[in-house]
Amino acid sequence: MGEKTNMGNPSSGTDRPKAPDMTPDSIKEPGADSSDSDGMDSIIGEFLVESYENLDQLDLHLVDLEKTPTDKKLLSSIFRTIHTIKGTCGFLGFSKLESVAHVGESLLSKLRDGELLLNAEITNGLLAMVDAIRQILNSIETSRNEGDMVYTALVETLTRLNQGEKVSVPASAPAVASPPTSAAKPSAPAEQPAAAVPGPASAPAPVAEEKPAEAATLEDLLPARKDDRRTGARDADFLVEHPDRRAGVDRRDVRGVAEASIRVDVNLLDKLMNLVGELVLARNQILQYSPAERDSTFVASAQTLNLITTELQEGVMKTRMQPIGNVWDKFPRVVRDLAQACGKQVRLEMEGKETELDKTLIEAIKDPLTHIVRNSVDHGIELPDKRLEKGKPAEGRLLLRAFHEGGQVNIEIMDDGAGIDPEKIRRKALEKNLISRDQASRMSDRELVNLIFLPGFSMAEKVTNVSGRGVGMDVVKTNIEKIGGTVDIQGTPGVGTTLKVRIPLTLAIIPALIVTCGGNRYAIPQVSLLELVRLDGEEAKTRVEMIQGTPVYRLRGNLLPLVYLDRELKTKRTESADSAINIVVLQADDRPFGLVVEGISDTEEIVVKPLSKQLKGITAYAGSTIMGDGKVALILDVMGLAQRARVVREGRERAGLDQGQKAREAAGDMQTLLVLGIGDSRMAIPLSMVARLEEFKRSELERSGDQDMVQYRGEIMPLIYLNKTFRPGESVTQSDPMQAVVYTDGGRSVGLVVDRILDIVEEQIKVKRSAKRSGVLGTIVVQGRVTDMIDVEGIIRSSDPTFFDRAATAVALEAR
Amino acid sequence: MADEKQFCTFYLDNLFFGVEVLTVQEVFRYQEMTTAPLAPPVVKGLINLRGQIITAIDLRKRLELPERPEGKLPMNVVVRTSDGVVSLLVDEIGDVLEAPAEAFERSPDTVNGVTRELIKGVYKLKDSLLLILDTEKASQVETGSARESET
Repeated sequence: MGEKTNMGNPSSGTDRPKAPDMTPDSIKEPGADSSDSDGMDSIIGEFLVESYENLDQLDLHLVDLEKTPTDKKLLSSIFRTIHTIKGTCGFLGFSKLESVAHVGESLLSKLRDGELLLNAEITNGLLAMVDAIRQILNSIETSRNEGDMVYTALVETLTRLNQGEKVSVPASAPAVASPPTSAAKPSAPAEQPAAAVPGPASAPAPVAEEKPAEAATLEDLLPARKDDRRTGARDADFLVEHPDRRAGVDRRDVRGVAEASIRVDVNLLDKLMNLVGELVLARNQILQYSPAERDSTFVASAQTLNLITTELQEGVMKTRMQPIGNVWDKFPRVVRDLAQACGKQVRLEMEGKETELDKTLIEAIKDPLTHIVRNSVDHGIELPDKRLEKGKPAEGRLLLRAFHEGGQVNIEIMDDGAGIDPEKIRRKALEKNLISRDQASRMSDRELVNLIFLPGFSMAEKVTNVSGRGVGMDVVKTNIEKIGGTVDIQGTPGVGTTLKVRIPLTLAIIPALIVTCGGNRYAIPQVSLLELVRLDGEEAKTRVEMIQGTPVYRLRGNLLPLVYLDRELKTKRTESADSAINIVVLQADDRPFGLVVEGISDTEEIVVKPLSKQLKGITAYAGSTIMGDGKVALILDVMGLAQRARVVREGRERAGLDQGQKAREAAGDMQTLLVLGIGDSRMAIPLSMVARLEEFKRSELERSGDQDMVQYRGEIMPLIYLNKTFRPGESVTQSDPMQAVVYTDGGRSVGLVVDRILDIVEEQIKVKRSAKRSGVLGTIVVQGRVTDMIDVEGIIRSSDPTFFDRAATAVALEAR
Repeated sequence: MADEKQFCTFYLDNLFFGVEVLTVQEVFRYQEMTTAPLAPPVVKGLINLRGQIITAIDLRKRLELPERPEGKLPMNVVVRTSDGVVSLLVDEIGDVLEAPAEAFERSPDTVNGVTRELIKGVYKLKDSLLLILDTEKASQVETGSARESET
């Protein structure tokens, strides 16, 4: 019945001629939908959430406005809301919604400018518009299109109101929303003519004509109307008869977007976070008592508290997480505009957009990242013809990559541009008196490249409106360091630049290892922790070796530089009977080092508190925290410690082999070398050729023919004495135990026995001289000293010509 | 402004000091603290004050006075400064005194270097001199020396 009344509404007649226009529209949209990407879906989702909230506000505002029709502030706010909806849906291609919002907007603008005064009719019209918008939004939410409803009448009413005509509008939205016309509703032919007949006759007839009848019926119609958008009008008749049933279903569906999320003040989240931090501390304190407690209920409660606290902490943390894509999304535009302004072609690629991190961190990295990206486009990537000259594609590539690793978020910004020329930086830095000539000559390439983070440093030849003023990279660095992050730059001239930003996932609560030293406890953030090594008794005395006064430990064949915490902190070691050495293997900037501490307690969740001003300048500390017993402990800054102890510096290279390789790849012509002592000469082997470093006792030696061998990892490994190789004829003695460099190829290993292992260095090979004797590839200068590069393969081949022949190897093994 | 100001007073090596009572947050007995190696010697350690970590500054060291005798525990005077809350370690706490403005005088030029820098002035009380400590300056501690110069 309701349907019929509405059909009888003369206004629906005015729709009829327009129906063909509307129909293609509604047909087109679902098609467009299916090709929509997830990205579009998420945009629409956000639009819906925002619009629903705005509409709820709007209802309130409109009613308020009725009381105070001249309230400019209220009017402006309403205007803005409608304007936003209009703008967004125009962008999203919801033309129907846009047309409704558009007339509403013009009407509101007149109200705002005082050309019209709000009256009951206008309010009704506006409320009807709000309802119509809500209806369309509902339809968009459930079916991703605007539905079949036709709003021409509403539009017309609003237009006329806009022109100052007095039109009475029914207070309820569907009154002005006509149902779809015959084109969209073939299944209701019986009713159609009835509706159609009065239509053309009463062209712009006032909507008010049938108002009394409508008002009564529309209430019944409302739930059914809602369905029209989704199910199509075919079901409408049925639904009119069973409105409740549909309405029930509907409500559940609609819950979707609007009720699934809620906006929360970030300050409230911050407060929650702080409270959770305090709770974690209290939990830690209680857990300390619980082992001593006999009362099993207490222990059980403590356990429950522990679990709930952990979960709560994770939950609260999650509320603050946002994908980094939120920041990145504006980069395509930034890059495009900038590239165009510079006359460059840049392709922006993004990986790991969904990587999540704390909201405060997202905010904090926004500007630094933008700056880095702009810098890459402006300075990094060359002009197209220059790129072609160098044999690169004209289009430059800028890659943004984000991923989680070890509780940290890594963001890498890579470009394949001109890279950074350390020499140029050296010159610039000298020019600007940022470093002294003496410093400049001593600095390694890596250190030089990182000079761009100095305040006042600019590489730009000329100042552009984009960059070159020398403010920027230092700000980038300080901003990132402010949030506990690190930034590192690596570049190879001509190949490209990579900026690595590493930031913690969250700032407040971190897991940490508690160690003791000099009677104090210190917390080491677990993110930099690799492993723990304990040397007992005899081992403690012998396993720590010295290289020119620097203690090292051989960790699975790799040299691990050791740093003594008590020495670094200049505290006194507490005398204890325990002579064991506890090594905490830490990672600082990709380089592992061992921190020797007096004792290792346990891991604990700690709440990071900032250092007081009096201690801020001390690089060894990252912050402070309160332990379970209420005492204060300092949090060690692993990076700072490493820097103090000079672990992180070029010249001392990573001990890990695979990492060493990676470093070389990144550094281009940088070579990581193992420096050996053979007799009184220094020799070097590229670290990439070294599988392991081993030690063999003489007693382990066995002989087969004239070849010395050892049993090594279930295999027989021949030994080659390098001192014999390089000094044939001389009588040389082998030390005991012998140090050997293990070389592995095709499953077979050879041990190269050397006199001493001196160091592992990463260095740019400076002077090259071709070889004069066999077994040597050439002579280079490493660490300022002449060093021979050993021709490992040549030496092995001369000792065992079949070694590199895999087939022969296989046969040899078979024969055995 | 009132002519009389209230001062929280304390003793350091027989000298009588005061700080404006409004800057004082609280006063409490000696509490064990965590030492901060590498920190400047005047920083005695860190104290957990109800969940807040504050730095304790040894005023004797700050004022270059002789060391506190062995076994004598200092008291904490917690003051608010622009750099946050700081605890000043003193020998003994005195009364809260009201001092008339006319008794104030800048410290004489002959007063030893550090002390003069850290003292706003002197109130000439009837039977003693009250040295007014500049808490802002007293809590400023050079950490530059502790920072390792980069090479």
